[in-house]
Amino acid sequence: MRFGVVVFPGSNCDADCYYVIDQVLKAPVEFIWHKETEIKGFDGLILPGGFSYGDYLRTGAIARFSPIMQSVSDFADRGGLVIGICNGFQILLEAGLLPGAMLRNNSLRFSCLPVNLKVKTDQSAFTGGFEADEVIALPIAHGEGNYYCDDVTYQELLDFDQIAFTYCNKDGLETPGANPNGSRGNVAGILNRERNVLGMMPHPERFSEGILGGEDGARIFASMLKSFKEGLG
Amino acid sequence: MTPRKPWREMGLTDSEYDMVLKIMGREPNRVELGLFAVMWSEHCGYKNSRPLLKLFPTDGPRVIEGPGENAGVVDIGDGQALVFKIESHNHPSAIEPYQGAATGVGGIVRDIFTMGARPIALLNSLRFGTLDNERNRYLVRGVVAGIGDYGNCLGIPTVAGEVYFHPSYEGNPLVNAMCVGLVNTAEVIRAIAGEVGKPLLLVGAKTGRDGIHGATFASEELSAESESRRPAVQVGDPFMEKLLMEACLELINEDLVAGMQDLGAAGLTSSVAETASKGGCGVVIDVEKVLRREEGMTPYEVMLSESQERMLIIPREGAADRIQEIFDKWGLDASIIGHITDNGMFTIQEGDQIVGEVLVKALTDMCPVYHRESRVPDYYTRARLFDLESIPHELDYNNTLCDLLNVPSIASKKWIYQQYDHQIMTNTVVVPGNGDAAVLRIKGTNKGVAVTVDCNSRICYLDPYKGGMWAVCEGARNLACSGARPLAITNCLNFGSPEKPDVYWQMDQAVRGMAEAARVLQTPVVSGNVSLYNETRGGKAIYPTPVVGMAGLLTDVSKRLEMAFQDPGDYILLLGEVRDDIGGSEYLCLAHGVESGAVPDIDPADEAKLIELILSLNEKGLLKSCHDISEGGLAVCLAESAIKGNIGAEVKLALEPGQRCDGVVFGEAPSRVVVSASPQDLDGISAKGKELNVPVTVIGKVVGQYLEMAVDDQVIIRQEIGKLASIWGRAIECQMD
Amino acid sequence: MYTGQVFVTLKKAVLDPQGDTVKRSLHTMGYPEVKDVRVGKYIEVKLDGATRQEAEERLDEMCRKLLANPVIEEFHIEIVEDDQ
Repeated sequence: MRFGVVVFPGSNCDADCYYVIDQVLKAPVEFIWHKETEIKGFDGLILPGGFSYGDYLRTGAIARFSPIMQSVSDFADRGGLVIGICNGFQILLEAGLLPGAMLRNNSLRFSCLPVNLKVKTDQSAFTGGFEADEVIALPIAHGEGNYYCDDVTYQELLDFDQIAFTYCNKDGLETPGANPNGSRGNVAGILNRERNVLGMMPHPERFSEGILGGEDGARIFASMLKSFKEGLG
Repeated sequence: MTPRKPWREMGLTDSEYDMVLKIMGREPNRVELGLFAVMWSEHCGYKNSRPLLKLFPTDGPRVIEGPGENAGVVDIGDGQALVFKIESHNHPSAIEPYQGAATGVGGIVRDIFTMGARPIALLNSLRFGTLDNERNRYLVRGVVAGIGDYGNCLGIPTVAGEVYFHPSYEGNPLVNAMCVGLVNTAEVIRAIAGEVGKPLLLVGAKTGRDGIHGATFASEELSAESESRRPAVQVGDPFMEKLLMEACLELINEDLVAGMQDLGAAGLTSSVAETASKGGCGVVIDVEKVLRREEGMTPYEVMLSESQERMLIIPREGAADRIQEIFDKWGLDASIIGHITDNGMFTIQEGDQIVGEVLVKALTDMCPVYHRESRVPDYYTRARLFDLESIPHELDYNNTLCDLLNVPSIASKKWIYQQYDHQIMTNTVVVPGNGDAAVLRIKGTNKGVAVTVDCNSRICYLDPYKGGMWAVCEGARNLACSGARPLAITNCLNFGSPEKPDVYWQMDQAVRGMAEAARVLQTPVVSGNVSLYNETRGGKAIYPTPVVGMAGLLTDVSKRLEMAFQDPGDYILLLGEVRDDIGGSEYLCLAHGVESGAVPDIDPADEAKLIELILSLNEKGLLKSCHDISEGGLAVCLAESAIKGNIGAEVKLALEPGQRCDGVVFGEAPSRVVVSASPQDLDGISAKGKELNVPVTVIGKVVGQYLEMAVDDQVIIRQEIGKLASIWGRAIECQMD
Repeated sequence: MYTGQVFVTLKKAVLDPQGDTVKRSLHTMGYPEVKDVRVGKYIEVKLDGATRQEAEERLDEMCRKLLANPVIEEFHIEIVEDDQ
């Protein structure tokens, strides 16, 4: 499986994602500059974190008009795996590849800290390597991760099992105290209806090696790899 | 209307103006006068501090570049080097905390990538008035958000820092930012101008009127008047800086530049003059070629603008086209604004017309140097004579410990560092709050780098000489406590007005103390910055605050150390003497309202021995945790290790005849650390201590869920760890939210 | 030349923590009459257009595509003709 890491001006977790795929997963990976208009020879895309276009106007609002985004959309339509992390998630929301929008954290402050997450579904290429309801740990680092959607959309997310991760305490309870940003239903990550596009605020690439404090993040990328290989088989 | 003595308005004295007349041989015009004013400011010219800066040791086997370049460069082996520097942005932050702090980060980051290095870490040293005042809380919020937003957007982790709250900084907060970069030794860029005829390329943000006279502004005392001159504060654009950084690193990677210089204080003037001066050549600039954001700017304004996020680049022969391609890729505007000449003059043209011409060396090398008057202040003499025996010995130890943990300067800085992305770049292996220094791994090697910033300004005030040594020793100790061997120092000398003899004496003493300790510890000073005239409205100087930034090396990053106690049954040991000094301690201030007393003795030679002991014990894998004794003394040190490990400790101490119990528990005497170790390693540790002549005392055990301290068999402290954690963890949050 | 003035605010249904914080501050500063605060954005766009109506239609399109996010924000625009 060949990964592509899309680089927008202002992306800054691009090298971290690349490193994990290359050095931890030992899978082929390349950067894709945002001005490219074609995505060829890739089986999975990572939209990394950062501050694309300085987060000016709204997070992800300008990046979503980058030339590459039409191809990302086509790639997703063809069933390709796309994971948007942090700013990548925000771009996917602005692009309409995932429903909802991001608001400023309810603390009004940027928050960088490790959080507990509940894996809400094991039925996806990204979460297949977890048990449903398993509690994992990943770091967050964002100022606008307060996920919002209207009631109808939220009900649909529930009905179609599209919520991938929620913020929870160490016992797996989705309490208000465990919610670091005020997101609706403690949502930390969601899937599209077709389950091949994942957006998540926490950073799996930062907890992919023991020396950094955790390895749960690598399991997400490994799940993608495994699912892709099974798809081929 | 032109004032009768325009140089005064620009910050030059009458005698300095006379020097300008002598050098020029005529009256300078406004543009020329402006060049002198900014280049001869303290910020650029170091006219008050230069004689003192010469006292620092700057050489060492690992030093590749010492002071004088944009940042110091230190060899860490394998063809790699660390590049680092600390710089102040105090005055801009006092006026507009968010932008002041943000542009401070931007400036120091440019200093690092100008040297060809990829910035890998940011640190900061902050000081504010006390948090019971809304204005101070506003400053804290603004400064922290400004630092966070800028560094976070750039994608450089902010990994360590120090924050203190004290009335002496009321109205004059200190914002010192440090950046550390990593470079291949062969790729270090120096700001050398090169051959005659070479073009000068200006790239990055367009030039506007912002920050004109920022350099002179930073060298004046703050007043109501300066508050009203708000436009002097620049606005930062971290997105532009990110593009600029990536583009410049690409240029260096492809070996396309002959010289590079960022535009910081005094903008184009300083950047061009420094470049020409180092290259020993002249330059001609056409201000009409400078891309502008605003219409109708005069040559004076263009030359002195401090618009942020701009770089001056001298391309290599034949590299111009490729450079343009890289700028296009990143969407950056660049223009050729002039070229190198051989006449040694800094010539400014507007189109064909010469609007100013000054000898380059006059700006960079002929800045006056002042040897200020120095006088021992009365308070110092009084402090040394203060009778500490007049302080009552009786104390409620439980309450005092809780109160100390609740002091914002001691309490957890979580509320602050969680606003900084400290994990991006996935190198931070000791994150803020977990160790005495931050540790970063270096990918592709087994190495790690530890970094810290330190200064105890109360100690520096009471005894600047000891205080200077104190700051250096504490920095080195913090690195050792994380498993790293200290390498080199950068410093930021924050003081009041050097024109006041008391203050100049503080500077002189502090620098001498720092220099002495740096010599003994073999940690040369490789870069630094001076910030003077830090005074509050009443004209009262801040506490002398010579901040030490230090970097150290771990040859094996897997041997990094943190402060948390690990396993029940481990022994707790004190490395260093059991001491009872209370002079200058937080305890003395908090419990008795006294900021005085003779400062505890400090000997850098003792510190050196302690550091050797820690490093050799750690090398053998004998230590499970390590934490130095600083503010709040032994009790706070133990509490922090217990809180971090979420496990209790039982400690038993015995007083020597005549020792004060409060001093042993809460005193801050330096050169001491608390470690924990497995029982089977006790003998090895004691033997090594004997060998290196450092006292080693077993003081207790890691056990249970309480911190219990007994002195001479009487339990004086017994507190549940959860309770201590809650006080310590929430002290700042409670005041801020 | 026209100046388009775009006012973007969060939809009524969307919580505005910034607005709430400002409201609380105003209350503690002695302005109890403040009933609600919504913080939004003001965007000024200088644009050429044959007619005022054309300028307005184009600006409306820009708002829908980029300047506002319909999921959380609403906007209104005003067009001012610039003096030459």
